[in-house]
Amino acid sequence: MSTASVPTTATFARRKPPAHVRRKRFLVGLANYSLVIVAAALFIAPFVFIFLTSLMTNDQALSPHLWPHPFRWQNFVDVFHKSPLWRWTLNSLIYMSLATLGLLLSSIPVAYALSRLRWRGRDAVFIVVLIALMLPPQVSVVPLYVMWAKAHLVGTLWPLIIPNCFGDAFSIFLLRQFFMTIPEEYLDAARVDGCGEFRILTTVVCRLAKPGIAAVALFSILYTFNDFFLPLLYTIDSPSHWTVPIGLAQFRSLHQVQWNLTMAATLLVMAPVVLLFFAAQRVFVEGVTLTGVKG
Amino acid sequence: MADVRYVKATRIYPGTHSPAVDALDLHIQDGEFMVLVGPSGSGKTTALRMLAGLEEVDAGNVLIGGRDVTDLPPKDRDVSMVFQNYALYPYLTVAANIAFPLRMRGVKKSIRDQRVREVAKLLGLEDYLERKPGQLSGGQRQRVAMGRAIIRLPSVFLMDEPLSNLDAKLRVQMRADIAALQADFGVTTVYVTHDQAEAMTLGHRVAVLHEGKLQQCGPPRGLYERPANIFVAGFIGSPAMNLCTLPASNGNVSFGGVDVPVPTGSSNGSYVLGVRPESLEVATEGISAHVEVVEDVGADAFVFCSAEVGGQAMRLVARAEARRAPQQGDRVSLRPRAEEAHFFDPASGERLDRR
Repeated sequence: MSTASVPTTATFARRKPPAHVRRKRFLVGLANYSLVIVAAALFIAPFVFIFLTSLMTNDQALSPHLWPHPFRWQNFVDVFHKSPLWRWTLNSLIYMSLATLGLLLSSIPVAYALSRLRWRGRDAVFIVVLIALMLPPQVSVVPLYVMWAKAHLVGTLWPLIIPNCFGDAFSIFLLRQFFMTIPEEYLDAARVDGCGEFRILTTVVCRLAKPGIAAVALFSILYTFNDFFLPLLYTIDSPSHWTVPIGLAQFRSLHQVQWNLTMAATLLVMAPVVLLFFAAQRVFVEGVTLTGVKG
Repeated sequence: MADVRYVKATRIYPGTHSPAVDALDLHIQDGEFMVLVGPSGSGKTTALRMLAGLEEVDAGNVLIGGRDVTDLPPKDRDVSMVFQNYALYPYLTVAANIAFPLRMRGVKKSIRDQRVREVAKLLGLEDYLERKPGQLSGGQRQRVAMGRAIIRLPSVFLMDEPLSNLDAKLRVQMRADIAALQADFGVTTVYVTHDQAEAMTLGHRVAVLHEGKLQQCGPPRGLYERPANIFVAGFIGSPAMNLCTLPASNGNVSFGGVDVPVPTGSSNGSYVLGVRPESLEVATEGISAHVEVVEDVGADAFVFCSAEVGGQAMRLVARAEARRAPQQGDRVSLRPRAEEAHFFDPASGERLDRR
């Protein structure tokens, strides 16, 4: 009996707003979403076009028809037979992973020194980093090319990878901003508990700054995977070292503009990047909001 | 265990001219519980951080157990510290947080685990060892921070306002726990707080700092009964001591119709007279005052009044028995107990002793 007298939330009927309020809310919602839907449609249109073309025959790809007839899934198999896509992907992966690793190993200590250690000239060095950030990569391309040519490394992936092992202004800046958000007390506690600065960096800062480091790694992965300019410059004469973007660019001339295969290859190459973005969306947004820059 | 000595220790932050800690001379005995207290910006936390090695010492020395540690990094000073925000690593479990100092010193895992269990038992944390700090309440986090400090049994415990993030009730409880722990271990402890109730209840001795300078250091009762200057008189005690500048004539100052004899050997002129609220009675005759606020704190009530003393308008606080306290808006007479009054030099602010 006593339990029956205790009201539970389930016994209360949820109050419905009056009909005119509900109608207004529905219409406002519809108006808002319709704008978003139109914007989303505009963004997704090229991807739909790529997808549909990748399923056409080559003749149909050049016709004004938008819908594939018949659906030719074989294109995705043919792509691998008619081009060294695996080789390009492997080159891209080598470039991507070694460059990202080198970039993290070199940028993290610099960012730590610029954010958490007190030393004379720190602010001046940070300004130099900012200036380097504003410099377009094309500015230093000619002297660097001459240097790599003298080292007989043009035509390999090393000129793409090695510079990343000397830090990157954008990554240093982003990591520095992230490290600054870590409360000083964590570092002080580690100092008192017996850590030196290197140990603090590896056991405390890197653990606490995981989202920041992940954001930098993701930016680097995306940049290197999509990079066209530097691979074009250094590997164009060495097809066995082409990365995916260079390979795709050459696709048309190699295969007499087979648009359906080009689109199939594009889709295959795009897929991991899109999946990566969806999987790590939060990290991207965190990285972007922290620096106020666009990725 | 070790004693701690500040010898003319000074810290000037880069870009500033006035020292945050100014030639601090302080000797903390082995096993003593020393509380550094003062308002914001008084230099108490800086002084503690100088001892920890987290802040540079620009002049003077800091010694622990007779060893000059002025230029040693924190890890070589054999101190452990509890921070205001606990600084527990969010990615480590409670057990790993407590064991962190031992792990950094390369202590074997089996010994570490055993010590963690001992400390957890002592602090009542046994059921939480596998949790992350984010899953703990404020009081439990505070205990974990204490655990991390005591697991190594250092020469000196440093505590930087460790209770300021707790609610009032928990703070009182933790205060007692910290006092008990310190008594058990007998480790020299330096405790920073801005809360004078903490300072008075915890410290064997209390050092009052103001604008980087040590104002007075002594047992809590001594500070309360014989404040060394106007600052300490106003800072220690709640509500604060009533302080009014009054002229002397014929070796007395007249306050509320009561003649209070001025210190012997000092010149005639004006004096700062200090009267604690409990030394100011609501009486039938004395200074006429208007009751503005009555704060009822249980057995007692503090009566905040406005009155005219020595020709100037002042606010005076008197303590009264709660049941007999006047009402807001009443007119009352306030009368000091002459023998409990304090005198200070109006120019230097220093205490003047009557006998």
